[in-house]
Amino acid sequence: MSTVNEVGQLPGRRPRNRAGAGLSGRETMLLLIPALLPIVILSVIPLVRGIYLGFTDSRAGLGVPTTFIGLDNFRALLDDELFVNSFKIGLIWSFAVTAIGFCFALGLALLLSQELKGRWLARSLALVPWAMPSVIVGIMWKLFFQPQAGILNEILRRLHLPGETTDWLSSFSWALPAVILVGVWAGMPQTTVALLAGLQSIQDELHEAAAVDGATAWQRFRTITLPQLKPVIIAITTLDFIWNFNSFGLVYVLTEGGPAGKTQLPMLFGYSQAFEYGEFGYAAALGSVMVLVISAVLVFYLWGRLKETR
Amino acid sequence: MIVNSNPRRTRTAQYLLLFGYVVFLGFPLLWMLSMSFKGPRELVQLYPSFIPEDFTLENYRLALTEENHQFVRSAVNSLKVAILTALLTTMIGLPAAYVLARRKGVITRLGIGWILISQMFPLILIIIPLFLLLRDLKLTNSHIGLIVVYNVWALPFVLWMLYSYVRGIPPDLEEAATVDGATRLQILTGIIAPLLLPGIVVTTLFAFITAWNEFFFALVILESPDLTTLPLRLAQYVGIEGVVRFGPLAAAALLATIPSLILFTIIQRWLTRGLLSGAVKG
Repeated sequence: MSTVNEVGQLPGRRPRNRAGAGLSGRETMLLLIPALLPIVILSVIPLVRGIYLGFTDSRAGLGVPTTFIGLDNFRALLDDELFVNSFKIGLIWSFAVTAIGFCFALGLALLLSQELKGRWLARSLALVPWAMPSVIVGIMWKLFFQPQAGILNEILRRLHLPGETTDWLSSFSWALPAVILVGVWAGMPQTTVALLAGLQSIQDELHEAAAVDGATAWQRFRTITLPQLKPVIIAITTLDFIWNFNSFGLVYVLTEGGPAGKTQLPMLFGYSQAFEYGEFGYAAALGSVMVLVISAVLVFYLWGRLKETR
Repeated sequence: MIVNSNPRRTRTAQYLLLFGYVVFLGFPLLWMLSMSFKGPRELVQLYPSFIPEDFTLENYRLALTEENHQFVRSAVNSLKVAILTALLTTMIGLPAAYVLARRKGVITRLGIGWILISQMFPLILIIIPLFLLLRDLKLTNSHIGLIVVYNVWALPFVLWMLYSYVRGIPPDLEEAATVDGATRLQILTGIIAPLLLPGIVVTTLFAFITAWNEFFFALVILESPDLTTLPLRLAQYVGIEGVVRFGPLAAAALLATIPSLILFTIIQRWLTRGLLSGAVKG
């Protein structure tokens, strides 16, 4: 019956006889349109327009004429110390949160895959940040770091450790590390869940066979767990990096980018440019640069991982 | 199972580590809970205690009633926006997700490609043109405008989740029904819909949670205090200085977390499957 080759499908060819796919062209369009229309009108076109706006002097006010100014915004961005600073901080933050968060999550996922009593508690707690609005995560940690009423300094005082009078979120040297810690906490769920799912998909036989051969736990982790987990690791760290680089609410609530721009992530800078100063064109150009930076990092990262597997 | 010179020591180390994680993950939550039960005098006290000394519910009363019940009004706004967003995106996304899952070829590749690429674009790049568009339509500072933006933003992951749920249903079922002479509509409503129902519910609830938690777009789109959603309201709360304010702030933050926490507890078992099966299989 089947006239279409199951495997060697040509991309343009309509697979009419495939199992469950007896959709005619008209049916396909009918089913797609409810999603396709909003995607094109409200997502694709605005995105293209957003990129275009980066080449204009668009401003927030109504009826202000917009003119094409070429690369002026991008030149201005490169000369803007605040912009360069925000990208530096954005990269530090994204790398730190992704890397530290990954290590924390991997440790937790490995523990959760063991038969430990009370692991349900750690598992449930690890999921809580996922359900919490980022604003509330920010508020919660603000209460934790608060210099007088917060608990951190009180713990330090009772343990006779240094730093009991530090105002963590206003400190030039501590604000960024403090914010990174919060980022790690907030990012735990997705990463842990992804790694846990990856761990569960590794066949037990592999571990058993290695154990019979006398491999230690560490050897098995290095030669079985890590390589088997690799696709999941690459996928989740990539996503984490993108999410972190584009992060906004958490840091906005914690520090609003302060003190003196020490925690000013690119999105915070972009937000203030666009909606506080009304520089739409400038902020749009910044958005495009963010895409470029993310793409560059990803190409570099994925290319490196790909070469490793060869 | 573990080949180690000292299994008991390994176990102890594992429990210690697990305990460390529980503290790291749970302690800030407990502290917020503790602060929400502290009276004004205790909040300004120099050396705070972990367990409230004079336990009070006053903060919760304040959080709910202050400024003419602003918290409750914001909650109603959040509820309205989140429900409409969740229902609308799922309804829009469902047919398309079915096509993506069942048809191979260009459309699927374009669709999946768009879902992935849309994850990469910073919100600032999409919100400026959307803001201009909504302004032209006189929809800024309105819930409709916010719901439109939320739909744009939620559609990729809603599509992704529904797509992986549809793929979980064996195509053979539909094939058999086609052989038996069932029409497309009969197949969709009679076979696919019932099997997909759990997936649809999980996706809708997840979209609800995400909209309920969202902050950035609300900050850009909404201006009037009457329209404020909860995250926006809470963020404004933070701006008000003074240690005494932390009590009601903690209470309000906890109250605002409850709905999404409950829903999340319900769906979390299915959620991980829906979010990851596509990635693993794809």
